[in-house]
Amino acid sequence: MHKLLTNQPGEKMLLLGNEAIARGAFEAGVAVASTYPGTPSSEISLNLFQMSHESDFYFEYSTNEKVSLEVAAAAANSGVRSFCMMKHVGMNVAADAFMTLAYLGVKGGMVILSADDPFMFSSQNEQDNRYYGKFAGLPLVEPSSVAEAKEMVKYAFELSEKLQEPVIFRTTTRINHSNGIVELGPITPPQTQGYFKKDPMNLVPVPAVARNLHVKLLKNLKLAEEIAAQSEYNFIDGDGELGIICNGVSYGYAKDALKELKLENKAKILRIGFSNPLPASLIKDFLKGCTKVLIIEEGEPFMEEAVKSFAFEEKLGLTIKGKDETLFSRLYEFDPVMVTKNIASFLDVAYTPPEVPDLSDVPEIPQRPPNLCAGCSHRATFYIVKQAAKGMDTIYPTDIGCYTLGFLPPLSMGDFLVCMGASAGASCGFSAATDQKVIAFIGDSTFFHSGIAGLVNAVFNNHNLTLVILDNGTTAMTGHQPNPGVEMEKLGLEGYNRISIKAVVEALGVPKITVIKPFKVRKSIKAVKEALDFKGVSVIISEEICTLYAKGLKTLKVRPFHITDKCKNHKNCINELACPAFILENDRVRIDPDLCVGCAVCAQICPENAILPLKNHE
Amino acid sequence: MDVTRLIIVAVGGQGNLLSSRVLGEAALLAGIPVRMSEIHGMAQRGGVVESAIVFGDAESSIISDGCADVLVGFEPSETLRAVNKCSKDTVVITNMTPLPPFTVAIGRGVYPDLDQLQTLVKQKTARLIAFDAAALAKEAGNVLSVNMVLLGALIQTGILPLTAEQIKEAIRTKTKKAFVETNIKAVDLGIAAAAQS
Ligand code: SF4
Repeated sequence: MHKLLTNQPGEKMLLLGNEAIARGAFEAGVAVASTYPGTPSSEISLNLFQMSHESDFYFEYSTNEKVSLEVAAAAANSGVRSFCMMKHVGMNVAADAFMTLAYLGVKGGMVILSADDPFMFSSQNEQDNRYYGKFAGLPLVEPSSVAEAKEMVKYAFELSEKLQEPVIFRTTTRINHSNGIVELGPITPPQTQGYFKKDPMNLVPVPAVARNLHVKLLKNLKLAEEIAAQSEYNFIDGDGELGIICNGVSYGYAKDALKELKLENKAKILRIGFSNPLPASLIKDFLKGCTKVLIIEEGEPFMEEAVKSFAFEEKLGLTIKGKDETLFSRLYEFDPVMVTKNIASFLDVAYTPPEVPDLSDVPEIPQRPPNLCAGCSHRATFYIVKQAAKGMDTIYPTDIGCYTLGFLPPLSMGDFLVCMGASAGASCGFSAATDQKVIAFIGDSTFFHSGIAGLVNAVFNNHNLTLVILDNGTTAMTGHQPNPGVEMEKLGLEGYNRISIKAVVEALGVPKITVIKPFKVRKSIKAVKEALDFKGVSVIISEEICTLYAKGLKTLKVRPFHITDKCKNHKNCINELACPAFILENDRVRIDPDLCVGCAVCAQICPENAILPLKNHE
Repeated sequence: MDVTRLIIVAVGGQGNLLSSRVLGEAALLAGIPVRMSEIHGMAQRGGVVESAIVFGDAESSIISDGCADVLVGFEPSETLRAVNKCSKDTVVITNMTPLPPFTVAIGRGVYPDLDQLQTLVKQKTARLIAFDAAALAKEAGNVLSVNMVLLGALIQTGILPLTAEQIKEAIRTKTKKAFVETNIKAVDLGIAAAAQS
């Protein structure tokens, strides 16, 4: 049995934040859960996916975040509890549905989880999605710890049902990827059977209806504010004339700081966990009891701007600070020492930060950027395309997935990246604005997510470009989740259909379609050359299973290679492929037999045929 | 209860997250408050994996520069890279088996000299325990048990509020049955190695 299904209320478990959130949804009796995977949210859905196989609730990997939100919205409008989770930029994809769903509202509780990523550990931006709450006029809650996250999920469902609106649950990476001790609660069995009652005057927002719905939304927002002012998740800690207002992980840092600075009796903390709409009355009362207030929030000055306007409304003259050149930045994430230092300086108390060692005599340590795995098919495809495009003035728009790493030298295959699916759309613009050869890369999952629309555009407007679809049979980057092109039988799962990328591309009327097997290097280079020479839209589908995924499925036949003494030390292999299985020892190339899986790409490019299978490797 | 802060750095695939998990489970069994935070976005793709583990009465789950009481490095150059987390009071434990990043292989950087590396870490911290954990892992019967060898060394220092028995209990109850025996052997070899250094 999946550990998160344990029916032992009171039992304590060490859980990852994302596990705690999945458990919270399960305890709340979620009936329908949907997602498009994205770090740092992915383990929530991974756990729910696994749990759903042994439980009554429905789970799906949807094609993209917008679809996933629509699925959850309809389920909630049929009266069951639904949960939809995504990374912060996924909210941008879902935003069209999201903004109007706020007008429609829900019947059963609906929680939308947005996993924000301050510092961009694995994201292309660090947008602060609290603004989505404000933008849509929907309630937003955000936990400060792993244990609180689980409880807050349940609260979010109840709040959603009370207000008949979806509730946003915002996390940051340090909640998602922290572990803490969590006490299991009782499990509410899910009510999985819904019924949709027709109500077009509230659920079909043509202008005349929508005008009324906006009135309803604002009314709800007011009610939400009253609830926020009473909410157990907005609370005051400690006592004193100095005030701190904080949210999320900053709360823990602030608490530790006050203890360290021995200010526990001089300063009080207002912890905001229900942060949209902000509880105006509660904050105003708090301000009245303070001589100065520091606002500690990662990201944008979301609370700060509101708090300052509350102070203005009350004609309060106290000092309120937050984002400031000498205090907190809008950039990146905070850490305990930074918070302690800023509290001390704002409140004029002495603090000596820990001494950091002098590192001036430490030699530069070589970087260790992530790299495509040994035997990754993307490396082969990049090499092939690069050879085939030799002499061409190229632009390589790329997309989001493991293959984004191909932009690093020595492959250097990635010139322009915006967001999921954008390689296809951007290629059309490059084709319109330049005479350069446009060769875009997109993964299978990303193609289904939002690449198809770009390709349709390319065919319709007759652009001149080549789209390389890297089909490795899984959503590799986020942890090998299924996508519509995946063979679900391989995972032992029935009841799914598989969509063939080739059939889709054919149906769109793409005039030149080439399928390659990237581990056949020479043959592929020839085929790719032909595709690149084609004027108009050409699509290359590069088919080879993700090595790491194959390892997990136990279908990978490992057959390591080694470098024989025919090697003349040109180092083409290492310099052009940069496979992590290569090691340079005394200026000679060696292959680590524990890392090499035997894709044989290097063996095919060695001019001396010096790379051969290692016999007798057990 | 006093707060103890531990940083573990490793290269993706070295089993760092399992060792943090064992420590966390051991703390749970012992009734010691624990919070851990890990960054593992692209870990499987050969990047650096860092875990921060805070034992005792604190709310934070991350550790600022200069604040680690103990640093465990699974790879020597990563240990050196993480020295900014240390102070002159920090105890450092490191495996000495290098795993040069591929940037070295393609001529973008030079791997640090191991003797110089040890001297530097010693100069900047309270104590360095450095040994070949990979060899001991092999001796224990599984090359992948470097993580357990280092856990043993960590426990031997007595810095954590945990005993060797509690760690072993966590290994017995929370890790894959098939590896329990080699893992415990690896812990014992780590304990012995740290005792000798
Ligand atoms: S996980 Fe798969 S797709 Fe990603 S780098 Fe590794 S082999 Fe390539």
